[in-house]
Amino acid sequence: MPTTSTPGVGWDLSDVTRSDAALRRFLHGLPGVDQVGAEARAAALGTRSIKTTAKEQALDLAIRMVDLTTLEGQDTPGKVRALASKAMRPDPTDPTCPATAAVCVYPDLVGVAKDTLGDSGVNIAAVATAFPSGRAARDIKLADTRDAVEAGADEIDMVIDRGAFLSGRYLEVFEEIVAVKEACGDAHLKVIFETGELQTYDNVRRASWLAMMAGGHFIKTSTGKVQPAATLPVTMIMLEAVRDFRLATGQMVGVKPAGGIRTAKDAIKYLVMVNEVAGPDWLDPDWFRFGASTLLNDLLMQRTKMRTGRYSGPDYVTLD
Amino acid sequence: MSIFEYAPAPESRAAVDIKESYGLFVNGEFTSGAGTAFKTVNPATEEVLAEVAEADASDVDRAVKAARKAYDKVWGPMPGRERAKYLYRIARIIQERSRELAVLETLDNGKPIKEARDVDVPTVAAHFFYYAGWADKLEHSGYGTTPLGVAGQVIPWNFPLLMLAWKVAPALACGNTVVLKPAETTPLTALLFAEICQQADLPPGVVNILTGAGETGRAIVEHPGVDKVAFTGSTDVGKAIARAVAGTDKKVTLELGGKAANIVFDDAPMDQAVEGIVNGIFFNQGHVCCAGSRLLVQESVADEVLERLKRRMATLRLGDPLDKNTDVGAINSAAQLARIRELSEAGEAEGAERWSAPCELPTSGYWFAPTLFTGVSQAHRIAREEIFGPVLSVLTFRTPSEAVEKANNTPYGLSAGIWTEKGSRILDVAGKLRAGVVWANTFNKFDPTSPFGGYKESGYGREGGRHGLAAYLKGGQA
Repeated sequence: MPTTSTPGVGWDLSDVTRSDAALRRFLHGLPGVDQVGAEARAAALGTRSIKTTAKEQALDLAIRMVDLTTLEGQDTPGKVRALASKAMRPDPTDPTCPATAAVCVYPDLVGVAKDTLGDSGVNIAAVATAFPSGRAARDIKLADTRDAVEAGADEIDMVIDRGAFLSGRYLEVFEEIVAVKEACGDAHLKVIFETGELQTYDNVRRASWLAMMAGGHFIKTSTGKVQPAATLPVTMIMLEAVRDFRLATGQMVGVKPAGGIRTAKDAIKYLVMVNEVAGPDWLDPDWFRFGASTLLNDLLMQRTKMRTGRYSGPDYVTLD
Repeated sequence: MSIFEYAPAPESRAAVDIKESYGLFVNGEFTSGAGTAFKTVNPATEEVLAEVAEADASDVDRAVKAARKAYDKVWGPMPGRERAKYLYRIARIIQERSRELAVLETLDNGKPIKEARDVDVPTVAAHFFYYAGWADKLEHSGYGTTPLGVAGQVIPWNFPLLMLAWKVAPALACGNTVVLKPAETTPLTALLFAEICQQADLPPGVVNILTGAGETGRAIVEHPGVDKVAFTGSTDVGKAIARAVAGTDKKVTLELGGKAANIVFDDAPMDQAVEGIVNGIFFNQGHVCCAGSRLLVQESVADEVLERLKRRMATLRLGDPLDKNTDVGAINSAAQLARIRELSEAGEAEGAERWSAPCELPTSGYWFAPTLFTGVSQAHRIAREEIFGPVLSVLTFRTPSEAVEKANNTPYGLSAGIWTEKGSRILDVAGKLRAGVVWANTFNKFDPTSPFGGYKESGYGREGGRHGLAAYLKGGQA
């Protein structure tokens, strides 16, 4: 059995991706993940107690990291305009409240979001590549991507071909990410694994390296359409991967857990994990995002509570 | 300063009401002691917490007589199902008063509140629940149903309440009565446990708690009215106890020191192995008899493991033990700190390379930064002697047989760890290690259902599980 190890500094990427066999050897040679140990570590980080000034900082940071998302069949221009307004001014009663990082919509609504957001600094992320299943021909996925970018998307959230990944056709997955990245042009690429379908932490670690080597700017847990979506242990495995990838290549890759993060308390657990696993360099909207819809309102309510000492009711935050 | 600096999050001291002075708990009542009272301090601040009575030989005699009477008249004859009710009641009260117990343990011992709260106290309750379940089922134990009589129990300061539970719960479940001495630096939770016994209406004399130092312990061990001696602590004292009871009818179990090997193979789950190494040696400041104090790492991955380990150690938060975010607390006493320093200096003098996690040590109290030594060989003192502190000795190996050979090459044999993704290797190596407990892909996991104990100079007898009953039943004395 070959020695498993994480690549060190000076390691050559092109060697690894020259054939399906080489890529498989590399991905299966990464150190394994012990499920029990990983989950225990994630749970232990979840017991950190974040209070007072640290909590204030964390809440504002979390708001700035939100990709405010609507990905429903029933989405309309009106809904997207409302969401975009909310992203720019999450708390209309408090001008010190920061804006979110981005709004995240389907490609056909990118133009609508663009009209509202203008040059506010809030990015537009579009899901592409036959989201959420990824089951379409590659040229359709690429067309979907180009379409979103032309409409003004700053960021593309693509899904990997889980069928190809689970049947071991890693090079195919790799090449598809490379092709989508090319179609993105200047737009940033987030690569969604749908970890609820990959199931094992070993698979999550392999998918992370695959996507980072293919040039993804961000690796993202889930579409939000499959349960379980983001979990603390899955996100921890991905944070370990971006940490190790930087050590090997000097390049930083971002992480985005998406789906199922609904409370400020949960969001703070994620930030603690970012801080202690990947390191404080990742505590920035450029390197960590939350894909969420209901999370923002809880962050706002907690923020108001920190500032006023009182909980306001749900009618004091906007429902969009 | 990080953009995300955790604000202090101290657990409130209001949960505990520490008295100015404490007496001995004999025959269901608190009484004064005939020895010279001594002070117990908070090792994190050196603040005096309380004055505690010292039991002399006459107090020990009183306590043993009370225990004998309770054994003969009440507890011995009582049906197991009735004894179980008391044990269940004690377990429930421990859960109800868990915050109070955890805060008091942290104050007196110096361990982080998160460990007292999440490990010590829940495991204490679990032991009482577990052995309560055995009390009316002893005929299925394999060791009969006849208790030994009066048990004299002497416990250490590293897990004060947990070691009490390991000793008291099985003894009581089997129908014995006890005279227990907590360590002189950590008597407070045992005295709070005495209050819990009162609250549970435990018949007088079933549990007696005597405070004091070595002389008190010696008087308990040597008292002719004691039928059974149970000790957890240093190997030196353990040997003295073995000598003292030789030639008497007393039964003995000893839980002594260790110098456990934590073996990391090249195919280990790397991030979890690093966590396991950290947990193995820095949990409870390394004040753990089964601590993974010798890291044996396969040479081909040694650099990678060390790099990851140092990075992880740099994130350990050392400081106020009552802060909920503290990972590493205070060293329990000035004497122990001196011992850790002495052995660390010996390590440097013998040529090993020392690295300590960058952390600021508080100015008062007893503190030692998490430390590791590389370039350690089997001949170094730090590879052979138990340091009982947050100091890891790193050694390398080339093949599985060399790992086993080095792991076993110690006078101790309490625990060991194996890290590999290969199941067959776990089974093979575990079978060859001379250690009472072998953990695979984890470390320092304790459960009341699982027996615990050592080989060689780590002692004899088992605590926990069905095996733990053998120490307190006549049929267990083969």
